[in-house]
Formats: sequence, C-alpha cells, structure tokens
Amino acid sequence: MSVVQLENVSRWYGNVVAVNDISMTLEPGVTGLLGPNGAGKTTVLHMMAGFLAPSKGSVTIDNAPTWRNPGIYRTLGLVAEREAVHSFLTAYEFVLACAKMQKLPDPAAATRRALELVEMTSAQDRRIGTFSKGMRQRTRVAASLVHEPQVLLLDEPFNGMDPRQRVHMMELLHRLGDEGHTILFSSHILEEVEQLSGLVQVIVAGRLAASGDYRRIRRLMTNRPHVFAVQSSDDRRLAVALIGEKSVSGIEVEETGLTVRAADYGSFTRALPRIALGEGIRLRKVLPSDESLESVFSYLLEA
Amino acid sequence: MSTVAYITARGLFGRRRVLLLLPLPLLLVGLALICKAYDVSPDQWGQPVVVGLGLAVVLPVISLIVGTGVLGSEVDDGTIVHILTKPLARRDIILAKLLVAAGVSAVTAAVPLFVVGALANSVRFGLALAVGAVAGAIAYSALFLLLSLVSRRPVLLGLAYILVWEGLLGRFVSGTRVLSIEQYVITIADKIAPTGMLDGKVSVPVAIVMSVIFALGGTIYAINRLGSFSVAGETS
Repeated sequence: MSVVQLENVSRWYGNVVAVNDISMTLEPGVTGLLGPNGAGKTTVLHMMAGFLAPSKGSVTIDNAPTWRNPGIYRTLGLVAEREAVHSFLTAYEFVLACAKMQKLPDPAAATRRALELVEMTSAQDRRIGTFSKGMRQRTRVAASLVHEPQVLLLDEPFNGMDPRQRVHMMELLHRLGDEGHTILFSSHILEEVEQLSGLVQVIVAGRLAASGDYRRIRRLMTNRPHVFAVQSSDDRRLAVALIGEKSVSGIEVEETGLTVRAADYGSFTRALPRIALGEGIRLRKVLPSDESLESVFSYLLEA
Repeated sequence: MSTVAYITARGLFGRRRVLLLLPLPLLLVGLALICKAYDVSPDQWGQPVVVGLGLAVVLPVISLIVGTGVLGSEVDDGTIVHILTKPLARRDIILAKLLVAAGVSAVTAAVPLFVVGALANSVRFGLALAVGAVAGAIAYSALFLLLSLVSRRPVLLGLAYILVWEGLLGRFVSGTRVLSIEQYVITIADKIAPTGMLDGKVSVPVAIVMSVIFALGGTIYAINRLGSFSVAGETS
C-alpha cells in the first residue's frame, strides 16, 4: 500500500504558472485526474513521476521525494502520454527489457504475466512499429506493470483506444485498484470516467477545482442547465410552444434563431421533436452550444 | 552486457542512420588504395589523407553520428522515458550508452585508419593511428553524449565544434588547440610512431591529460544532467 502526496505544490515556467498550490493525497484505489487540455494535468503527473521538480512544495511517494530519486521506480509505474516506444523491438523484447532493467528475479515470467494482463500475448512477437495505437498503448501498460508497482500513473491512457479496449483497460485498472494499488489516470473527457466509481480530482487552470466522489461531481454536471441553439421554420411559434415544456427553463429569441436553456438534457431532447411535430414546425438546426469541456469544468468551479 | 547497452546497440543498428557510418571509412581506405595502386609516393598523399580526411573528418564525424545517436535520438522521440523510469543509477545508464558509443566509433574509425596507416607507412604507424583513434573516440563520445543532454541540437553543436573550433580556429589561433581532441589524437599517434607525417601541436602530457579530462568531465557532467532530466508537458 503506497500513498502519493502533494503538498502545496506549484510549478511555473518563467512567468507562466502551470500548477498553482495543489495539495492532494492519493490512496490505494483508482483516482481520475480530470481537467481540460492545458489545465496542468501532465505537469502534475510528471512531478509525481519524478520528471519535473516542483518549483515550490513537495511531491512524495511514501514520504520519499520523487525528484532525483530513481529508487522510487521500484514502486512506481508510468504510462506517459507520448506513445514513443522502441519500435524496433517486439512487444515481448520490449517488456522483457523493462523487466530486466527492474532487476526482477524472473524477468521472463513477469513479462508473460504482464502481456497476458493486457491481452497482448498473441501479438507479442511482432515489432512494436507495426502496432496500432491501441496495441502500442497496451504494450506500454504491460511494460509499466511488469514489476507490479504499488503506484501506477497513466497520462491519457484511453486516447486512441476503441470502446472494447477502453472497457478492458477500465476493468484492469479497477482490478489493480481493488488489489490495493494506487492508480491515477488523467483524462480530459468526463464521460471516460462514467464507469468509474472512484475518486476524482479536477484540475482547472492549474488549480485543484474539485476533489471527491465521482457521483457527487457527476450530479453537479447533470444538473447544470444545458444550452441549445435552435433554428426552425417558425422560431417564434416554436418558442411559445416550448415555454410550456417543463424541462425548458428559459428561451431567448434572436435574429439567428432561439437559444433554449434546458434543465434536463434527456427530457428536453425527447420533448423538442415531439413539440415541433405537433406544431408542424420544421427544425433546421439543434446544437448543444455549451458542451465544450471548459464550460462544464467552469460550471464545476462555480458549484 | 547490460540491458541499456543492448537496447542502445539495437537502436543504433536498427536505424537507417547506421548506414551513414559506411561511406567515410570506405572513402578513406579507397583513396589510400588508389594512391597506392598508382604508386604515388606516400609523402604526397599521406598527410592529406591521414590527417586531412582521417583524423579531421572521419573520426570526429563518426563519433558525432554515433555519440549523438545513442542518447540524443531517444531524447528526441521520448523513448528515453522507458529507460529513466527504472530504478537504475543514472551513472549506469550513461556508462552503458558511452560504452556503446565509444566502442562503435572506435571500431568504425580505427580499422580504416589502421589500414591507411599501414599503406602509407608501416604497420606500426597503422597501430599508432588506431590507438589514437580509440582514445579520440572515447573523448569525442563523452563530449557528444553530453551535448545531446544539454542541447536540443546536439548534431549542430557537434558539427560546429568539429568544423569551426577544430577545423578553422585550430588552424589560426593556437590557443584553441589545447581544447581540440583532434590535436590530442595527432600527438598521441605521433608519439607512438614518429613518421614526420603527423605534426602534433600540443605536448604529449597535455594530450593525455586533456583527453582524460574530456572523457571524465563529459561523463560526470552527463550523469548529473541525466539525474535532473525534465520532461516538459506538451500542452502545459
């Protein structure tokens, strides 16, 4: 059982503050590190993984600093975002080399176990250069898991994976988390965390915006008003009809169409076509206009 | 052989870049063979081929290609992360890389130099050139390995050192010769087999001490740099 701890950690590059006074404790189990692109997730992960010195504060794993301390890699595994691998090696050779560099007593057995864990045994003798993105990703996960580290850090691990691989990876992370490993993965896609019941740390603009149970944060998200841009053959008549719908909380009539605020995403999107059909109005455009991550995250910040 | 050295060697020979090592030694030996075949006196072709091409170009350029390839290419494409996330002393990583770099450069440069030396003068001269080339390969490799950790453009910096510092300034400004590995190699080879073909500009003790300083200093500084190797985030 290992604990990763950040205490008042800041990191700046010249005048730019990338991470601003973040404190967090990661305990065994799966934790998601969420935030829009450029929020500082990778910087946080790199500091945890010992690839970046904090400008201020301390980053420790079981009270040992991660910076300039290669010994921590016995307890730490990292799956970086850059998918660079030694493409001239086969998957087996690559994972075996990692096992040997970890100085494991039986590198061959550890390699087979790690490749089985990520379901890569059938392709293990192919050169990594010939792999698809998802396969390369799984090979890298196997390499980071080969020494069964107590702490596993993954930077955007689901990028480039198809849904089936994604589910499989989720299951794997969960199993490891249940076994008492401390797992942290970063993501900029909130929905990726759907299947996760664990804890979430949300980073926005270098600051820790929310921290806690995923369900609570998810509820905040679903309760937020959704904004749609709607264009139809008769905007005004549609507005009159829509205002009677319970899920609609506000409508603005503009030159270019309607801006509709809905309290409940699901019931509004079901009601809109029904109402339009009943009134004989043709819908030309329905666009959810605030689905950008930044707006979701900033909503979280306000909550 | 350590796993790091194994991966490094595989990486070096697995890339197309390794083919760059072939033309220069072939050119060197080829020129010597042609001169020999047409019975040109070694007094005429010896110095330009041995010093002008062999020691001033072949040895440093091969060391540059190899020395920046063993670590620089991994830093460039990010695969260095897989080696750094292991509980290995940074010293061992650098020493393994240096071993591969110096070994490959030494063999690739010393063998053709030996052949050319033997053709131009005697086997003894060939051996002297080979010994000088090995010493030079070690010093150059340590320097270029370090360059690939302190700069994002190690090849450019290395070329500037070879062409501008050693090639241009070394010819006109005598002070720069003290920091020119090429001069150490010339002095060392000339000491082992004096032929009159080589004209060492630095003394033997300076050549030996400075070679050691380049090799050791570069290595120690590289170990220290690798210890605080930072990976910058791509978006932040």
